[in-house]
Amino acid sequence: MSEETRRLKVKKPSIGDQVLPKGAILQERYEILRALGLGGMGYVYQARDLRFANIKRLCAIKEMISTSPDPKFRKVALHNFEREANTLASINHPSVVKIYDYFTEGKRIYLVMEYVEGKDLERMLDELPKGTFLEESRVLKWGIQLCDVLAFLHENETPIVYRDLKPPNVMLRDKGPDTVVLIDFGIAKAFQEGQKGTMMGTEGYSPPEQYRGIASPQGDIYALGATLHHLLTRRDPKLQPPFTFHEAPPRNFNPKITELTEQVIMRSVNYDKDKRFDSSLEMGIALQKALDKNTQPEWMNQMQQIYDTPIGEEKPATPEYQASPKPPEVPAPEISAPNINKGTGTIQPLWKFECEDDVRSSPRVRDGIVYIGSYDQWMYAIDAKSGSKVWKYEVGGGIAASPCLYKDKVIIGSEDNVVYAFKVEDGTPAWTCYTKGMVRSSVHVSEEFEVALFGSDDNHLYVIDVNTGRLRWKFHAGGMVRSTPCFSDQLIFVGSEDNHLHAVTIQGKSKWRFESSLGIVASPVVEGNLVLVGSKDGHFYALSKKAGNQVWRVKTNKPIYSSPRVHGKMVYFGGIDENLYAVEIQSGRVKWKFNAKSHIISTPLVFNDAIYFGTSSGEVISLVLKNGKERWRFQTDGPVPSSPDGYEDIIYIGSTDCHVYALPA
Amino acid sequence: MQFLRRIFTREKISVDTSLETTEIETDTSEVSHYMPGLNVAYQTDVGQVREQNEDSLYALNVYLEANDETIPFGIFIVADGMGGYLKGEVASSTAVHTVADYLLSNIYMPILNENTQSAKQKPIREILEDAILMANTKIMETTPEAGTTLTVAMVMRDELHVAHVGDSRAYLYHDNDLEQLTVDHSLVARLVELGQVTPEEALVHPQRNVLYRAVGQTDDLDAEVYYRSFPANSYLLMCSDGLWGLVDDEEIAHILSSPPNLQSCVSNLITTANANGGDDNITVILVGMGELPM
Ligand SMILES: Nc1ncnc2c1ncn2[C@@H]1O[C@H](COP(=O)(O)OP(=O)(O)O)[C@@H](O)[C@H]1O
Ligand SMILES: [Mg+2]
Repeated sequence: MSEETRRLKVKKPSIGDQVLPKGAILQERYEILRALGLGGMGYVYQARDLRFANIKRLCAIKEMISTSPDPKFRKVALHNFEREANTLASINHPSVVKIYDYFTEGKRIYLVMEYVEGKDLERMLDELPKGTFLEESRVLKWGIQLCDVLAFLHENETPIVYRDLKPPNVMLRDKGPDTVVLIDFGIAKAFQEGQKGTMMGTEGYSPPEQYRGIASPQGDIYALGATLHHLLTRRDPKLQPPFTFHEAPPRNFNPKITELTEQVIMRSVNYDKDKRFDSSLEMGIALQKALDKNTQPEWMNQMQQIYDTPIGEEKPATPEYQASPKPPEVPAPEISAPNINKGTGTIQPLWKFECEDDVRSSPRVRDGIVYIGSYDQWMYAIDAKSGSKVWKYEVGGGIAASPCLYKDKVIIGSEDNVVYAFKVEDGTPAWTCYTKGMVRSSVHVSEEFEVALFGSDDNHLYVIDVNTGRLRWKFHAGGMVRSTPCFSDQLIFVGSEDNHLHAVTIQGKSKWRFESSLGIVASPVVEGNLVLVGSKDGHFYALSKKAGNQVWRVKTNKPIYSSPRVHGKMVYFGGIDENLYAVEIQSGRVKWKFNAKSHIISTPLVFNDAIYFGTSSGEVISLVLKNGKERWRFQTDGPVPSSPDGYEDIIYIGSTDCHVYALPA
Repeated sequence: MQFLRRIFTREKISVDTSLETTEIETDTSEVSHYMPGLNVAYQTDVGQVREQNEDSLYALNVYLEANDETIPFGIFIVADGMGGYLKGEVASSTAVHTVADYLLSNIYMPILNENTQSAKQKPIREILEDAILMANTKIMETTPEAGTTLTVAMVMRDELHVAHVGDSRAYLYHDNDLEQLTVDHSLVARLVELGQVTPEEALVHPQRNVLYRAVGQTDDLDAEVYYRSFPANSYLLMCSDGLWGLVDDEEIAHILSSPPNLQSCVSNLITTANANGGDDNITVILVGMGELPM
């Protein structure tokens, strides 16, 4: 490559001073009118053919200047230019620019072509007002025409692979119906399947295998898919990490695009060339179907869906060309009957355990026993296998907090202002600790210091001896403390209704505090040097553990009550904005999010490569950890603020329908 | 400002933009691996083949006194300019200046001097992103035909924040292990990652110099920002491709493993790159983290 083109792929080389002036005449025949564009090796001019003296016959003249000091580079360039001339001369198709002539003058070589009056598609995009998109049906029509011309080239007597399909190489004629024309056959090449050629193309549009020298019709299909993607989303693939289309379905950028169109594009840009369309013809048919859908009124689409649904099946039939590996998720029909699974997978509860009131508390499972509290004022221990009661104990108020297991004790707070410690085996009370407000915060134990930490509605953070329940000290947090504290590196972190996240030393002094715009009810989690927590102000914050300054934040727009769950390099949390978020801890980037279509207060559980959480519409949902795709959902009869726990392939969770459920993971 | 207790380095070292390449004088402050807090050494070299040095670097290393605490704070930047006709070096030095100025006024003062933090203050990640966007706009205005890579590291206490665009790298060397923190925004890095070409093929691939992201190319630039902890007795290495393109990770790790001091490590790295061909400008910043003063 020449020195100038080193790295700056987005930029064109400067050959500024070498442009031919207006009025220059080539071959005593072509009068240069103006420069049309700048290509990779020289200018493209508009010229007039003087041989037709009485009419103004225009042509486009493409110039190549061989200035490169590298003779090898010069030779390749010349070769490409001659190839372009020969290829073009052999093609006769309305969507391929026509060639008239070809000559050299000094160091410059020229190709005389039909002048296409119009704009190339890159300019179409450039001229589009910010925030607007090209009309989908129009782009689909261009796509269909391009499939047609690609099919023509691929099925030519000596098949031709175009190899450089991208918006600047496609022109749109001004006159007549919207017709596209392929220009620039600079690197098009006759091919035999699997043949290795020189590696050329344009980053962003070219398929991965082309960089190993493999050119095939599937490569052009990829480039066409990338081009359509760019035209519909305005997301320039040149500026993205290469080959990341699988993470960028077009509807993420332009939600108005129809699903069918998205499917066609996603299939054509598949990383694996064998998973793309078999031929441009096939892709053209798929685009035509998408176009039909697009131009039909909505009621016809609905009718179509009914016709397409074979009797006895709930899902619309998968269209035949939809052979891509993952069929799209079809929204399940709305069924609100209790205990009926309505998602992609089918699950039935293994058992359910009835309480007399809401179960907002989150279960903890250890050694085959599920511990959970209920609003009915009872603390329960339930056999994890059978769902039968092992013991229960009545306290003086509803239990919203979740149990904490420490050695032979289970510790939990109640709305009667008291924190209780029970013996795990039979539920006999070991100690109690009184506060002056309801205890909705759960207990966290530091084994190292043998203390239990929790918050109370009396605005204090409590630190008590975990063996006796005796108070060590309490810290005034300025507001109700419903967040569960966490402890790391001699610091205690807890959120408060006074809008702050407090970092308190083990001596009970404030180390730092971070002020959000609203209260912090969710519980913080420490990961490495970061404290992670969501706030009612709609942000999820990552703060430096030592000083509390923000390292990154994720904006969700609605309050966050759900506490974060860290797993590996990721943190997961839910929001009132109905999304479950998967965020990379080191960068604060959202890897994926899942819209649950109802509020998520529950803290997600990560268990066996899956995620589990409850929603305010009463569902328990399981997602694939890696990509957030739904695995199954299970309907209960009341909102589920409870967070699940997992044990031996079973998920345990409470619901405000007064039940504790055991579900197969 | 009295809390600027010590400044190890000059404020700005960017390559001379005049045509005659002047010898870049190297830092001579006595730094060893064993001082508390941050220790820094750096050097940039034109290499064996090129006539100009289009790289720029910046290193600032200070201690701040705040709330009975001594806080090490540092900003380190490497930029590798590109685009012919001497414009590359203008782009890289513009980038370095702009980012350093922005960080100093937005992080250094407001964040370090408080112990009540507020959501109103921007997170560090967003400040770094904004700094890079600012550099992007400046370059698009002043040298539209040029671009630059940009790798920025900010150290605060034992926290390391790295932001980057392009293929200048940041590594963390700890316990004899060299970990690359940045992922090059280059076509071949992606092809290697996907198994389309081998790392050996990548070194000679015709498109090996193609970046899909660089500063000064388009309006909406997406920088990558990572947060890491910077444990005591570990080293941050930042370099342009003039180093990593010619000296492989194993060799780099070897040089870092047996130094008399930081500056001689840096010199060794540059000498080795030159010995292996020196086909590009070579820039290296090495930051050692000693035990923190508590
Ligand atoms: N026949 C033509 N009629 C009108 N404009 C043209 C014609 N050929 C090229 N152009 C304009 O010139 C630009 C560059 O031409 P192209 O053949 O793609 O050059 P390169 O091979 O250098 O990429 C195109 O994007 C288009 O705007
Ligand atoms: Mg072109």
